[in-house]
Amino acid sequence: MTTLAFAVRDSATMTRRSLRHVLRYPVTLVVSVAVPVLVLLLFVGVFGALRTSLGAHASYIDYVMPGIIVMTAGYGSSVTAQGVNRDSTEGIIARFRTMAISPTSMLNGYVASALARTLVSAGLVIAAAIGLGYRPSADAGRWLAAAGITVLLVLALTWLAVPFGLAAKTAEGLTGFILIVQLLPFISSAFVPPGQMSGSVRWFAAHEPFTSVIDTLRGLLTGTPSGGTVLTAVIWCAGLALAGYLWARLLARRDLNR
Amino acid sequence: MTSAITATGLRKSFGGTAVLDGIDLEVAAGTTFSLLGPNGAGKTTTVQIMSTLVRADGGQVRVAGHDVAADPAAVRAAIGVTGQFSAVDNLLTGQENLLLMADLHHLGRAEGRRRAAALLDQFDLAGAAAKTAMTYSGGMKRRLDLAMTLIGDPRVIFLDEPTTGLDPRSRRMMWQTIRELVADGVTIFLTTQQLDEADQLADQIAVLDHGKVVAAGSPEQLKRSIPGAHVRLHFADTTGLDAAERALGGSFRHEGTLTREVPSGGGAIAVRELLNRLGDAAAAVDEVSVHTPDLDDVFFALTGRPTAETMPEMENAR
Repeated sequence: MTTLAFAVRDSATMTRRSLRHVLRYPVTLVVSVAVPVLVLLLFVGVFGALRTSLGAHASYIDYVMPGIIVMTAGYGSSVTAQGVNRDSTEGIIARFRTMAISPTSMLNGYVASALARTLVSAGLVIAAAIGLGYRPSADAGRWLAAAGITVLLVLALTWLAVPFGLAAKTAEGLTGFILIVQLLPFISSAFVPPGQMSGSVRWFAAHEPFTSVIDTLRGLLTGTPSGGTVLTAVIWCAGLALAGYLWARLLARRDLNR
Repeated sequence: MTSAITATGLRKSFGGTAVLDGIDLEVAAGTTFSLLGPNGAGKTTTVQIMSTLVRADGGQVRVAGHDVAADPAAVRAAIGVTGQFSAVDNLLTGQENLLLMADLHHLGRAEGRRRAAALLDQFDLAGAAAKTAMTYSGGMKRRLDLAMTLIGDPRVIFLDEPTTGLDPRSRRMMWQTIRELVADGVTIFLTTQQLDEADQLADQIAVLDHGKVVAAGSPEQLKRSIPGAHVRLHFADTTGLDAAERALGGSFRHEGTLTREVPSGGGAIAVRELLNRLGDAAAAVDEVSVHTPDLDDVFFALTGRPTAETMPEMENAR
């Protein structure tokens, strides 16, 4: 077999390993679905009522759902970072590195399994939302485009999660990353249009990467997507994915002890 | 005799502190080599450099005929490593861990299953094969770890303190496995803090202290070179004790007991000569025991310090 064939085979082996973790401990998957659904219930059931009383449009669930999808991806990436960190601190990564496996196979395994896990979570969250009254107007083509953007977002967040997981010496070292991916969606266009926010928060919410992704998804699923927003979202995701990939590759090849 | 491992002028510093300060080692193929030293001596760092996990600052290392810096992939294909901390996947079962390794070694499905089953049997893990490694005891995890190392049939195996923290049964099992591997022509590079372990297993020993090799040789050479070996004599009464002190020069008096320690190499000839002299002097000896030096004696003799006075455990830092 060629080097490339071995790399593909090793990547598949590593992916199977991580997926087996998910199947063995489905509670991770359950929590990855339950948390976004709870946030959805909170915003639609509690704050949604408030918004309606203030005269906003009634289908608030249609407005928040793209943000909930992004939150699902963010939560999924924090699970990924924790898994990578556990492997790193338990020493199995050191074992892999003394074996004749390309370091990228190991990284590919993390990313491929995280992508599969997060997309399943997102699918389940969307199904739950439809049960709660979410009625997106998108046709099959729009759905496909929305799925594509979601894949791109998950890739970006996962490629960032892997190096954060590798770099942290303990699970506590991940707190910063987890805080960013779980809280940043709140300070975006997810629940309130940034135009209604004040001062520097408005500027931040309008320009942070999650907003462009949320606006793109919202446009695709329940409205009209703006070409500029889609481009911004794609550039953000591709840039973050590339940065994470390069950092992860650097960490995977660097000395164990640093 | 070909060399499985050679290191020349090996140097490594972490944060300005020299952990390895010019190490030369040579390990003949098909033998057991033991690197002996306390925590912080640089044992783990040496293993990490030889197993391509850490790059050396200076010097050259060749493992299984390949330079670790120039061709790490070729070195990785020939080696197996079992570290101080069990590197197993705790979320997978014992069998799944072994099959994972088999897949990563590109063994066929049938061959992987066959080897996994044989190793589970060999390491007394067949009964726990379907349980997740998380539920294993420390000894079982260590055995699984070694089984995972062996599935790829490595020709050179690094064992970093493989018996630290193991119960006596697991320890004996580990020793037996090492002997069988060497009998099959495998080269073993073993680090340990215990002189008796090196004594039991190693063909050659190097004593590492503060990043320098302070002594090297066969276990016999090493022990003979170290004062601290002694014969302990217990006398029946003070008459025998006084007779013995006259015969041996009285330089070994400890007040208050009938037990005396006489410095001796500990070899059979030395002990016989000692007992003959006591017999000639009519000093009645009740009990005789021969004490060979332990690691503390070795360290005290070689470095002038007890082992306790070592650097913090920086070699374990990640």
